[in-house]
Amino acid sequence: MKIQKPSRLAVNSVTRRSALKGLGAAAGASAVLSAAPGFVRYSQAQSSEPIKIGFQVHRTGIGASYGRWYERVTNAAAKLINDEGGINGRMVEIVPEDDGTDPKRGAEVVEKFATRHNCDVAFGTLFSHVVIGSAPAAGEQKLPYFVVSEGYHVASGGLNRYVFQPGITDVRQQISSMAPWVSQNLGKKVTMVYPDFAFGHDHRDFFSKAIAAQGGEVLELIPIPPTESSFTRYFPRIPSATEVLYHVMVGPGVLTFVKEMGEHFGSNRPEIFGFIDSLEAVDINSPGLEFLEGSHFWEAYPRYKQANSSAHDALYRKAVGIDDSGASTADPKDVSTASHMFGCWETLFTIKDAMEASGYQSTADRGKLIEAMEAITTIAESREHPQGEKLFNGKIHQSFGKQHISKVAGGRLDVVHTTSLEDGFYEPEADYTTQAL
Amino acid sequence: MSNSVSPRALVLHLGVLVILFALQFVLPPYHNGIAARIMVLAIYAIGYNIAFGYTGLLSLGHAMFFSAGMYGAGMSARLLEFAAPSAFFVGVICAILASCLFGLLALRTAGVAFMIVTLMFSQAAYLVILYFNNVTRGDEGFVIERTLRQIGGLDLADPVVRYNAAFVLLAVCLIGSLYLVSSSTGRVMIAIRENEERTRMLGNNIFAYKLLALTASGTVAGIGGAAYALLFGYTGAAFAEIQYSILPLLWTLVGGAGTTLGPILGTAAMFYLVDIASEFTSAYLFFVGLALVLMILLLPKGVLGTVREKFVRWLP
Amino acid sequence: MDLGPFLFLATLEGLVTASVLALTALGLSLVFGVMRVVNVAHGEFYMLGAVIAWFTAATVPGPAAVSFLAAIIVAPIAVGALAAATDWLILKRINYNPEATIVATIGLLYMIQQATLTFYGPDARPVEAPIVFRIQFPWFGYSGYKIVVIGFAILVLALTWAVLTRSKLGLLMRATQYDRETAQAFGIPVDIVYAGVFAAGAMLAAIGAVLIVPIRQAHYLMGGEALLLSFIVVIIGGLGSLRGTIVAALFIGLSDGIISVFFTPILAKILATLLVACVLILRPQGLFGRAPG
Repeated sequence: MKIQKPSRLAVNSVTRRSALKGLGAAAGASAVLSAAPGFVRYSQAQSSEPIKIGFQVHRTGIGASYGRWYERVTNAAAKLINDEGGINGRMVEIVPEDDGTDPKRGAEVVEKFATRHNCDVAFGTLFSHVVIGSAPAAGEQKLPYFVVSEGYHVASGGLNRYVFQPGITDVRQQISSMAPWVSQNLGKKVTMVYPDFAFGHDHRDFFSKAIAAQGGEVLELIPIPPTESSFTRYFPRIPSATEVLYHVMVGPGVLTFVKEMGEHFGSNRPEIFGFIDSLEAVDINSPGLEFLEGSHFWEAYPRYKQANSSAHDALYRKAVGIDDSGASTADPKDVSTASHMFGCWETLFTIKDAMEASGYQSTADRGKLIEAMEAITTIAESREHPQGEKLFNGKIHQSFGKQHISKVAGGRLDVVHTTSLEDGFYEPEADYTTQAL
Repeated sequence: MSNSVSPRALVLHLGVLVILFALQFVLPPYHNGIAARIMVLAIYAIGYNIAFGYTGLLSLGHAMFFSAGMYGAGMSARLLEFAAPSAFFVGVICAILASCLFGLLALRTAGVAFMIVTLMFSQAAYLVILYFNNVTRGDEGFVIERTLRQIGGLDLADPVVRYNAAFVLLAVCLIGSLYLVSSSTGRVMIAIRENEERTRMLGNNIFAYKLLALTASGTVAGIGGAAYALLFGYTGAAFAEIQYSILPLLWTLVGGAGTTLGPILGTAAMFYLVDIASEFTSAYLFFVGLALVLMILLLPKGVLGTVREKFVRWLP
Repeated sequence: MDLGPFLFLATLEGLVTASVLALTALGLSLVFGVMRVVNVAHGEFYMLGAVIAWFTAATVPGPAAVSFLAAIIVAPIAVGALAAATDWLILKRINYNPEATIVATIGLLYMIQQATLTFYGPDARPVEAPIVFRIQFPWFGYSGYKIVVIGFAILVLALTWAVLTRSKLGLLMRATQYDRETAQAFGIPVDIVYAGVFAAGAMLAAIGAVLIVPIRQAHYLMGGEALLLSFIVVIIGGLGSLRGTIVAALFIGLSDGIISVFFTPILAKILATLLVACVLILRPQGLFGRAPG
């Protein structure tokens, strides 16, 4: 990770610590990370209190499948950080609070982190409505708030300077980077099935635009009401001229959705391209999913260990307790949310880096932490960032990364294409750094 | 409209308000912030209680009135850049219109049919918010600019301002509901709850009284919604879901339906029940459920309802 | 797809929904009709039926048909026992006060949901259908098991109908429903009838859930929708009318599906929802209820 010191900070407060940090940063990306334990020695005369990271987790409500895995990954990352000396010589304490996957409770929990638990930062939210509902509270409490949500909400500029999404890419870049491959390899006439709420609308808007840029077209849009639990009656809307069926669903109905899609098509199906969200936490070998053989999925993080997987991947899988098939080592029927949960791991390490770069000591240094975050530019593939290299845009508080397209073959998912970072680039529409701290 | 708020009832309510006002000077920051939230939600419960507790109109659709206030305020701030006072006004107008128009239709039914009609309209309202997602931002909702959340130069996001804004609104709604239920109108409302047929035979226009009660109830609920949007800066479809129609029913029943102070007590009790239980166990909902069951076994009419029945007969 | 086949498909889907809904709603209707209380936890009994079906299917070895058969016996019995215990431990003690019952059953709902989340987990888990075949119509393919569900539901409904209208048990229930005090005076063990009705209502919901679980999986939040739809069906049908409940289940199941053929999905939902409201505004006593007075 390369960290450019914000100039204001450098002028005002060049301490021995930050100078050393600056040198360390200049020395190169992963060198700093692996040297992190060594830096602990420079941390003198400081609080031995733990650094408290408020963890806003979906333990109940519709996000619970994801929340459980977010919690496992977060605890694993915190353990690794603590085993290696913590952050700035202080242990990390994860303070979990359930938000019930509800924006009202989410905002209350963020306030609780700031005013009751006295947390240094808050972290970990997935569902967009909870992120957006909680963001005002984070801004008002001046509590840095790191989300792992995929939503375009952070990058759109609609939130505030205290909200970051460094550990996971946003849907806009994910979708835009899929269109070229889909149009070149699967077909140009696409029908989209998506949930009729904001997450689905991002897919609708960004993919329609991206496929048009490739000379393709969307034949039919099929939004599914969020209250729906059976889907068969929506499939007849798929026009027969459809070459590619693009699907993305979330929530408890996903397995029903995919199964009913199979019943509808039988063996006579168009090409199918889906976002893995449609099958997160679901075994692709579940009865009724045989028809998916040969279809393709977007994945942020390959669920199944790949032949060319890095040593970082192996370490990450071991630490969070998933096997080579992306299921829990304790229970092979317990399938992970691989393409989302890695974001918790990466985000925690980014918080660590930014805290170390800014010489973070106490909640009074939150402003410095924000500036250190905004100064991040590149994030190298490493043990701390096993998903791959990323570019971080400090103006829109969003990182950009690689995406994978995997094919279902022989009851597993194997990567057939990996996009470049540039495939997902778009013109930033906001600049949080102009907002007051 | 003769009013007959007994002096001791008035003293009790003013005393409660004085305590609520004074609490801000002694509460630590966390509980201070929570108190502001509880007061706003309690406004919603007070509104609900007017229809359910005093008039016997069991509605399962009050989320639509709460969100009428919330979206009226939120949308006018987002699309028209209305500042807090005018946005609040728009929210309240929306709630008045929504509850009055809805009442005209739904009050043709009664009892269980009324429950379902309210439920259905409320669900339709929720779906309409989703349907027009290009302006409402659907389920994701939207943040209200902090620059618009100002009132006379005071920042509503500031904890002190927020506490007192919530307090003033709560005070107005509480005293308003006290005067309403103690008035001759209120006595007819209660008579309808107790025996609709007899009240009709006494020459009262039941429909008109019910409509008035429902409109008052929906308006107060909408005040809660508009206040929530402007004080906490978020508007989203989650607040229009069925769950948010059940919550005020629960809060009211826990505190004591048909008591003016019950909704405030019930809202605070349920909030702290969840908040405290979740600190001890991740399975906190189980204990919240258990607490509800035990409470209802001990205090079948809610806390204040039982207190009134057994000890303080004059409680309004 | 052409309009004809599309309508045919929507009708089939509507029938599947309607048949399971009829079972669940009939359970609620019994409780509502006889005991005059709204059981907010009814949907949770349904959910428990599905979850217990999953546990049973996962424990009982052998082919899918055998474990499914075990599930459809075990799940309703277990759920019925829990419901009877609830009645005896809670509802009886609050004297079936309608308002207190709402709070108590909301509490029960929280407890059942959290216990399921803790012991079963947040994932939707599949149960294998006892019979797997695919019917290929000229225009689309369809799951054969869904047709089986419709048939089985009709069987259970007919059985319930027979018990309610032809047996002594049904007579006792109806007597209690008309007038609790008089029934008691005539020596009908009202307490036992109430516990039995509460258990039977929950068992019907559980049977519906076991039937649906191979189609829609077991998930700890699935009870909410079941409760809402059953509740709507009971009121639309007219309180206490068995025939009304079944007709209303058909009406709700089919209208939702068929309207969705002609409108975009969410608009269809809005219209279907408003249709229900309009029916009640025009006929507040429900389709088969008797007008008051």
